[in-house]
Amino acid sequence: MTVLDTVRTDPTTLSPAVRLTGVSKRFGAGPVVLDDISLDVQQGEFLCLLGASGCGKSTLLNLVAGLDAPSAGTVELPGRRAALMFQEAALLPWLTAAQNVELALRLRGVGRRERRERAGELLELVRLRDAGGKRVHELSGGMRQRVAMARALAQETGVLLMDEPFAALDAITRDVLHEELVRLRESQGLTVLFVTHNVREAVRLGDRVVLLSSRPGRVAREYAVTCAQPRRIESPEVAELAVAITDDLRAEIRRHGGQS
Amino acid sequence: MSAPAVSAPQDDLASLEAGLDALERHDTTRTSRWRRVLSAGWPPLVAVGLLLLVWELVYRAGVKPTYALPSPADVGLVVLAQLRDGTLLEAVGTSVQRGGLGFLVALAIGTPLGLLVGRVRVVRRGIGPILSGLQSLPSVAWVPAAIIFFGLGEAAIYAVVLLGAVPSIANGMVSGIDQVPPLYLRVGRVLGARGLTSARYVLLPAVLPAYLGGLRQGWAFSWRSLMAAELIVSSPELGLGLGQLLDQGRLLSDMSLVFAGILGILVVGIAVELCLFAPLEKRVLRRRGLLVS
Repeated sequence: MTVLDTVRTDPTTLSPAVRLTGVSKRFGAGPVVLDDISLDVQQGEFLCLLGASGCGKSTLLNLVAGLDAPSAGTVELPGRRAALMFQEAALLPWLTAAQNVELALRLRGVGRRERRERAGELLELVRLRDAGGKRVHELSGGMRQRVAMARALAQETGVLLMDEPFAALDAITRDVLHEELVRLRESQGLTVLFVTHNVREAVRLGDRVVLLSSRPGRVAREYAVTCAQPRRIESPEVAELAVAITDDLRAEIRRHGGQS
Repeated sequence: MSAPAVSAPQDDLASLEAGLDALERHDTTRTSRWRRVLSAGWPPLVAVGLLLLVWELVYRAGVKPTYALPSPADVGLVVLAQLRDGTLLEAVGTSVQRGGLGFLVALAIGTPLGLLVGRVRVVRRGIGPILSGLQSLPSVAWVPAAIIFFGLGEAAIYAVVLLGAVPSIANGMVSGIDQVPPLYLRVGRVLGARGLTSARYVLLPAVLPAYLGGLRQGWAFSWRSLMAAELIVSSPELGLGLGQLLDQGRLLSDMSLVFAGILGILVVGIAVELCLFAPLEKRVLRRRGLLVS
């Protein structure tokens, strides 16, 4: 299973859950989208990738998810696979909530009885057991994202990639789902790579925030978030770091205005 | 931390989510079945009534001689007589059997053909345009060719039906494939579906509504083509279908018989639509929340 696992010099550190080494990406003869990105996501870490438009956040996630191949560099996932959540819940509308979760299990070859049982447990985990029989259009935006979370958990990859999953939700629902995600991540021991353009969201959720520059996307800076969970998005500690990161982000964006 | 202390964060979050979910829930009330049938039923009844009234008035005005324009009552009597001696029912039976069989064969050919054109680029470039062109060709144009090729017989009739129905079924499938949101296919890939698995669990279910639309149109084309074929391909050895009944009416200059035939064709078309395709489509769309009602 750990074919790509290279021996580290320091034996006390675990191998990372995701390791990007010198990853670059350009589509055809187009501009370079990602340039020489090296990044480790540790086991059980919650890492937020932050950047303005054109920093290649989504491209990066697609590379890690295996939906696309890098032009240069390597993407290593010792667990081989990662679950991916999108901005839209992307539930299949011809299936019920429970069937959506079951599909993930079925595609992993889980038997019928176990499937039903496991899907029930996963929906229970996101507190939607009673909504299992509902169709997608009968669920609110927040409920859909929770079903999508249950479906991602059903893949049992241990690594969860999230592409601005809460961007389309109202602020109240988003706040609740932040708390839900932090709780799930702790109880399930997940490694999360979370892409957002919302600075406060990044600080609210992450153990570490990585700021990407735009066009091409490069790692600009990293920030460790030291205040303990549970945090609140309104708390002064979160606000303080968010202000500092926003200043750096704005500096990055200004560079582009100066070039043209 | 300046955040207010949360005594039991788990219960707190659970009740918060339950509250949010409850606020988002929209309970829909459903009207009773009879009321719906009643409210949907009266407008067409009134329309038909008005049509009959206009017909009667025109008849009374004597615009045309009676043999060219019989009264609604005359036609009604002929229809009743035809029903009583079984001719009309036999014609309907024969035609429905031909139309149904032709439609099923068209389904069996059009479905894989549509999949092939929709998924394989070379095939699409090659026969995609021909397929859309064929769909706009009136199938009656095939009748002379079919008669020369197959002779006056069932084979000629079925050939015309297939040439009419297969393109629209295949095209329904193709446009369905084109309309599948790419996000669904990506989700399938993320969940580990490839190739045939992806087709079975993602592509085909996603295509279903457009495919049903294609089937519905395919049936309409089968039925129309069948009438065109039956009208022209008639010989004593062939069973009497609705088209042949029409032709008989024309030969006998019996306008009431012609009207009876037209009525039969219309009734079958409406019945299949109302009893088969409309409920099927409604069900699929409602399950996906695509139907506002």
